[in-house]
Amino acid sequence: MEPMAIVSIFVLSVFVGFEVVSKVSSTLHTPLMSGANAIHGVILVGAIIVADHSKTNLELGLSIAAIILATINMVGGFVVTDRMLEMFKGNKK
Amino acid sequence: MSRTVYDLIGLAAGIAFILALKGLSHPKTARRGNLIGAFGAGLATLVVFFYSNENSSLPLNNLGWILGAIAVGLVIGVPAARKVQMTQMPQLVALFNGVGGGAAALVAIVEYLNLGDKASTAVVVFTVFTVIVGCVSFSGSIITFMKLQELMTTRPVVFPAGRFVIAATLASVLGVGGWVVNSLGTTPLLILAGLSLLFGILFVLPVGGADVPIVISLLNAFTGLTVAASGYVLDSTLLIIAGTLVGASGTILTRLMAEAMGRSLFGTLFGAFTAKPQDVAAAGEERPVRSGSPDDVAILLNYARRVVIVPGFGLAVAQAQHTVRELADLMISKGIDVAYGIHPVAGRMPGHMNVLLAEANVPYDQLQEMDEVNPTFGQTDVAIVIGANDVVNPAAQTSPGCPIYGMPILEVNHASNIIFLKRSMRPGFAGIENELLYDPKTMLLFGDAKASLTKVVSALKAL
Repeated sequence: MEPMAIVSIFVLSVFVGFEVVSKVSSTLHTPLMSGANAIHGVILVGAIIVADHSKTNLELGLSIAAIILATINMVGGFVVTDRMLEMFKGNKK
Repeated sequence: MSRTVYDLIGLAAGIAFILALKGLSHPKTARRGNLIGAFGAGLATLVVFFYSNENSSLPLNNLGWILGAIAVGLVIGVPAARKVQMTQMPQLVALFNGVGGGAAALVAIVEYLNLGDKASTAVVVFTVFTVIVGCVSFSGSIITFMKLQELMTTRPVVFPAGRFVIAATLASVLGVGGWVVNSLGTTPLLILAGLSLLFGILFVLPVGGADVPIVISLLNAFTGLTVAASGYVLDSTLLIIAGTLVGASGTILTRLMAEAMGRSLFGTLFGAFTAKPQDVAAAGEERPVRSGSPDDVAILLNYARRVVIVPGFGLAVAQAQHTVRELADLMISKGIDVAYGIHPVAGRMPGHMNVLLAEANVPYDQLQEMDEVNPTFGQTDVAIVIGANDVVNPAAQTSPGCPIYGMPILEVNHASNIIFLKRSMRPGFAGIENELLYDPKTMLLFGDAKASLTKVVSALKAL
């Protein structure tokens, strides 16, 4: 990929990331942190790609470990965030 | 599937993540936001199985291993997330973050082994970054988990010349990182991983218990950046976007959390090294406290006009949220003005109390935030502090040099009477003595919060 394209994607993503959460109330800090935490579980995609590339047993073993960890991060993260937010539904009158 | 279709779907997933973060920032849309994020992540994972290029053909190599590993991850992750107690959620989030960082570091290592001499300098630099930060996030998160789970002391751990050891470790991490970039090799990379793990441990050990949520948030942002860097290594736009979003929003969130606790980020991370030894005026000395019975408390409440309930971690531990609501409803039926004073960081994570009281269907308008409730303590007859300590400790305002100095507190010391429901005289999570416990207008009610509250409720009903 073009270096400049990558820099543009990076910088724009930084700004979007800053903007979307700049006015969050303290009540939602923890669920937001947990949700963002689940999003970086998308490293699972990277783990699957390297497992596909793996040529040696060492590489395959490490990528399988990466897949397990990333799955825990992604799926566990979204489930636990949902459980936290479920508690809030009583608020709506 | 062509590269174009693959990239378009990746873009859709990226947009889903933006919408997810945006949704999670507002109470009404938070749950939907989380589901959108989960959808995006699921979509992104699914399409990898259908994309091939000149380097890879379908079905993916090692497909059985890949699916098996995902199944193992599901079997571990889902039950952990579903069964965890509300009180233990912060440490679970820390753990999930840590394994994510570990996964990113592993991905970078595998890709590095795989590319061998073909790796460009830029790819190696990003690999080194991913390995360092991913390992720091992994081991640092494990330490935060152990602190929150109280598997180790919650106090700052400082050892002689600690800051020099940390600086030396950091210098060697960077040195070995440079070595990897210059003279490609597997051994230097593994040494780098080991040193980074060590640095992560040393980096988190000096952080005091009360500041741990801020550190979790910071490590979360770190993991985001490692994912972005591994996206560069793997030529995946989606990973770059997702990782950067988390890195950026996580940084802002860390700052907001630090602000809510009245802490600078620097003070959180390095405070233990600069703080002066605490004045432990009355350490070890037996001082008189006034303890009362549930009946005493009920009488005090019966003749109050305004009562403020200040919940803390003890309420969460005792699962007393329903009982406290029962008490509040009873007082309201007696014409007493009741409010809950919610400190932004009461409990073990920001917003912990809101979640807990929402579970007990406490009306939202009874929950008052710190700025709203503080000016009213002067007209408050009774403040009931249930299992909270640090967030009402006047030392935060009066004794410079104590670890929580500068943290905004709920000023219950201005109320006419203060009732503390406590299990013991043990200090709070930050490990600081609370002078308020010895105040003449304070009454202590020892015992499990739920048991004590139940007794107070029946005593109040009998009046």
